Amino acid sequence: MAAAATCSTGTRSTGSMVVAASRNNVTSFQRRGPRTSGTDSGCSRLVSISGTRPSVRNGQLLVSTGLPALDQLLGGGLAVGTVLLIEEDKYNIYSPLLFKYFLAEGIVTGHTLLVASAKEDPADILQELPAPLLDDNCKKECDEDICNHKTESNVKMKIAWRYQLLPKIEARPVSSSRFGHYYDVSKRIPQELIEASKWHGFFLPEKISSTLNEDPCSLNHGYIKLLQFIQNIIYKEGFDGSNPQKKQKNILRIGIQNLGSPLWGDDICWTENCDSNCSLTKFLYMLRGLLRTSLSACIITVPTHLIQNKAIIARVTNLSDTVVGLESFIGSEKETNPLYKDYHGLIHIRQIPQLNNLICDVSDVKDLAFKLKRKLFTIEPCG
Amino acid sequence: MFPELNNLLNTTPDQVEQGKLTLLCDAKTDGSFLVHHFLSFYLKANCKVCFVALIQSFSHYNIVGQKLGVSLTTARECGQLVFLEGLKSAVDVFFRPQEEPHPLQFLREANSGNLQPLYEFVQEALKPMDSGEAAWRCPVLLVDDLSVLLSLGVGAVAVLDFVHYCRATVCREWKGNVVALVHDSGDAEDEENDILLNGLGHQSHLILRAEGLATGFCKDVHGQPKGSS
Repeated sequence: MAAAATCSTGTRSTGSMVVAASRNNVTSFQRRGPRTSGTDSGCSRLVSISGTRPSVRNGQLLVSTGLPALDQLLGGGLAVGTVLLIEEDKYNIYSPLLFKYFLAEGIVTGHTLLVASAKEDPADILQELPAPLLDDNCKKECDEDICNHKTESNVKMKIAWRYQLLPKIEARPVSSSRFGHYYDVSKRIPQELIEASKWHGFFLPEKISSTLNEDPCSLNHGYIKLLQFIQNIIYKEGFDGSNPQKKQKNILRIGIQNLGSPLWGDDICWTENCDSNCSLTKFLYMLRGLLRTSLSACIITVPTHLIQNKAIIARVTNLSDTVVGLESFIGSEKETNPLYKDYHGLIHIRQIPQLNNLICDVSDVKDLAFKLKRKLFTIEPCG
Repeated sequence: MFPELNNLLNTTPDQVEQGKLTLLCDAKTDGSFLVHHFLSFYLKANCKVCFVALIQSFSHYNIVGQKLGVSLTTARECGQLVFLEGLKSAVDVFFRPQEEPHPLQFLREANSGNLQPLYEFVQEALKPMDSGEAAWRCPVLLVDDLSVLLSLGVGAVAVLDFVHYCRATVCREWKGNVVALVHDSGDAEDEENDILLNGLGHQSHLILRAEGLATGFCKDVHGQPKGSS
């Protein structure tokens, strides 16, 4: 099925969705008219970003979550500027997998990554990413592109001179302009892909040692450090449009693992009435503020089954845009249920955002189960 | 704005009731369409609107507003709309300490939160102009939404105080309207939210509730105070 998918028009789309970021008015969602042809390459041209596509419903810019099955359920993909919250399954087996798919997709499409974890070193997380499945057609295409790029670099086009103005496809070890890839979980991602990618790591035990000079504002120390780190990267690398001379716009993919767990210094998982029970929700609000004003998308995994206070779970859900819950069958009585024998767990789409729209497309089927095979993570209706 | 909703409420942009507090409530669904309705309704009714938008960006409301027939950018430029973009201001106040008091100053405070700077912002935005001849019909305060203030560490009592102050100034003194959205957490046992919802339900003139599927809603009309109060 993957081989037959048409390659989406990467850098040459005539799509109506481009992103405009000027000094005073930075937004991620803006609709532009169809590009008029033949403008000179001298004036600032807004080229669409690799690995993204506009939503067919409202022109929103989308990125793939790394799981084409999940993309479909979310209405085409994850909207740029929003948060995808994964409610972890009980033994934290499948949620790290979704986390890794998201990051691997970022590497394959050339996005910048920001990985934050309190448990594992981000460098180790990146080593364990699954290998992308690039079918042979795509590989041949990439090889041809690399050859052509070298030979044709200086040939002036006489007839198709308008194409001269368009930027050439960048030659990379893997250059894929498709939206959504499949991964082989049993293999590790090739080392050269990781080295070719740009990533930033936030490992909490390393960052927490320095003391905080500013006045505390009831936010957990670790969360403050993480927010400052994210804001710093966004500002320095111009994801919020603050560096207008940057020619090639790119997406920042942020991944935060096990947020709200005791490893981050938060105590909502072991007591019901904790002192700083708004620490996590305040963090999510500030994160939303940062995301809405930059070209980034974020995935967070939260162990909601550990949170004692149900009110906090409701608030966390309200402050996230897309919420997906995983329920694995391991160790539960559903494991022996004949209805579920082909599947590994249930997946609940709890919330889909309504952005730039009055309604959102809620999928008709509510009972969805997932199945993990070596090369495929399928989500199917069941029951 | 939705004509059906206008018919049910017996209002049109030409005849706007004044001095009312309307509570919008949603349970298990998204009630933001009510916010969009009231925003476009009051802008079409030529009222001066102060919109405290804490949960989404300006462009989101602008794009939906265009679908409903109002342009927020134009309204903001000509002074009809004062828009507080909560998300952007929060990033400003959190990462770059401000000298003068900022409406979202409570984000930097450790305990319980004081919404007075926010009230002063609203007061400044909606106060009638001294020039005598009023350009706009009546001031309107729109808040989307109040539940998020609880998530940001402000106590339910502080939020109720804020709404009370706004009601006293905007509704009674300046004969304007206040519309606020609160989420109903249902069985999530959010005590603070329940306090807020019950307190506001008691104070408001009209409660619009969106429940379950997006197509259905029911309304409760609280008694209308006449003269006193």
